[in-house]
Amino acid sequence: MNWLSWGLRGYTLLLFVFVFAPIFFSVIFSFNSARFPTIPLESFTFHWYQTIWSDPDVWTAVRNSVVVSFCTSIIATFLGFCTAYTDYRYNFRFKGAYLALVLLPPTIPLIIMALAMLAWFSKIGASGQLWSIIIAHSVLTAPFAMAICRLRLNQMDGDLEAAAWNLGASEWRSMREVIVPFCKPAIVSSLFLTAAVSFDEFAISWFVSGLNKTVPVLILEIVQGNIDPQVNAIGTFVFLVSMTLVIIAQLFFTLRHSKVL
Amino acid sequence: MSTDQPVHRRRFSGYPLTWRLPIIFWQILFFVGPLLFMVAMSFFLVKNYRMVEAFEFKNWEKMLTRGYFWDSYFLTLILATLSTIVTSLLAFPAAFALAFKVSPSVRRWAIFLLVIPFFTSYLVRIFSWYVILAESGVINAMLATIGLGPYTMLNTKFGTLVGYMTLTLPLVMVLQTFALSNIDRNLVQAAHNLGCSPWRAVYTVIVPLAKTGLIVAALFCFILSFGDFVSPYYLGGSKPPTLPILIIDTTKSGQQWPRAAVVAVMMMVTLITIAFAALSLAYRKRASR
Repeated sequence: MNWLSWGLRGYTLLLFVFVFAPIFFSVIFSFNSARFPTIPLESFTFHWYQTIWSDPDVWTAVRNSVVVSFCTSIIATFLGFCTAYTDYRYNFRFKGAYLALVLLPPTIPLIIMALAMLAWFSKIGASGQLWSIIIAHSVLTAPFAMAICRLRLNQMDGDLEAAAWNLGASEWRSMREVIVPFCKPAIVSSLFLTAAVSFDEFAISWFVSGLNKTVPVLILEIVQGNIDPQVNAIGTFVFLVSMTLVIIAQLFFTLRHSKVL
Repeated sequence: MSTDQPVHRRRFSGYPLTWRLPIIFWQILFFVGPLLFMVAMSFFLVKNYRMVEAFEFKNWEKMLTRGYFWDSYFLTLILATLSTIVTSLLAFPAAFALAFKVSPSVRRWAIFLLVIPFFTSYLVRIFSWYVILAESGVINAMLATIGLGPYTMLNTKFGTLVGYMTLTLPLVMVLQTFALSNIDRNLVQAAHNLGCSPWRAVYTVIVPLAKTGLIVAALFCFILSFGDFVSPYYLGGSKPPTLPILIIDTTKSGQQWPRAAVVAVMMMVTLITIAFAALSLAYRKRASR
């Protein structure tokens, strides 16, 4: 049966190649001088990076994206942590509905959320602002934050909090000195992960942003024109940012084993 | 899990509400609110390029009696179903290998790697596929060296599927791997000991045991494919448009938000129906024999 299990491994490797091929080629072509990216490669160049570096639109978009993902990560992580703690500690009527309310957003297609947000924000007079994107992204990413914090709380000894109370700490104080320190890796991890999701989201941003373009929206608009190798350079930059965020998030998340309060 | 209140806090306390209320407030205002408003909007009217609040069935009539709406509807349904079947089948052997044939540390690394693309720019990956699949792109250039091609892969259903899989394959692989890893190994071993061939064990023991997880993975794949506009637009040629593209066209160029809302509501109804069907299938107890 050995050939079969080697065959399976080879096949699995092939799927990984499929998954990572677009990322790989995007990076390769961002350094390639050809106008239409294909093989064989032409000469090595930084031309596309120079183009985007000197483009003020790109800079504005980067600034917008950084602001949006920074604010989103803080709001979403706060909301997610509150919810995770509530789910961990309390039982109450309608808890099922409560959790559904929190966890459903990622299962709704982004394009539908985008239309709904666009309509709602113009109804309440808040469309076309940077913070309309921030609000929408927080709704979208809070469930991820909730999941990460909830998994961490699962690993906590349920008696720790009670022990703090017995030793005379108030609920607020045991939150500050027991729960939050215990959840710190999860909180950091969630900050980075929600920032990564927000940094890459384009459908909602495109609909509600108005004139305040974020990086993905800028890419969407360039791509709509025609083949422009600039996209590979911006794309490589975007990959680098979001992969860094995700990898940091994962590292913090897996740190949990090494340190038990 | 301790639900005891500390002794000195028997009276009304703001503490639990501090943690419970923020998300309720936030989600009602910015999640339930927008969705309900969108449903209401599907009954509004557009007069002189301005939306007027009303309760008329005009938009519903307009959309649901048009052939192009139903062309889009069935195309989207077929493409998403195809994507679900193809992705699930392609992912299964790999998930099987990751769950049973590799060491736990390799499995952890594999999942670590598969999570990364899910959080990286889908848009850029699709643009990259556009370049790879083009008439003079990477794949055709490679095939040309052995005297094949060029093949047209862009603006075909194949292109759309490649795009959908870029989005869904990593997720489906991860979910299937989890589902298969949770199976009790003793049951698989027992099947072998009782003389069951490995092939037969897969579909009489392993698949039924992992059924719930496999169906949930397929459901996520369906939802993601059904709602995606990037792949059918850039790789599939968008003729006819899928429902998400129809929403964009109606919203962006036509300024017909209420009609776009009709399309969105139809999508939601379809997704909810399919999700319920899939979940009841996933959690149904097997008939005992």
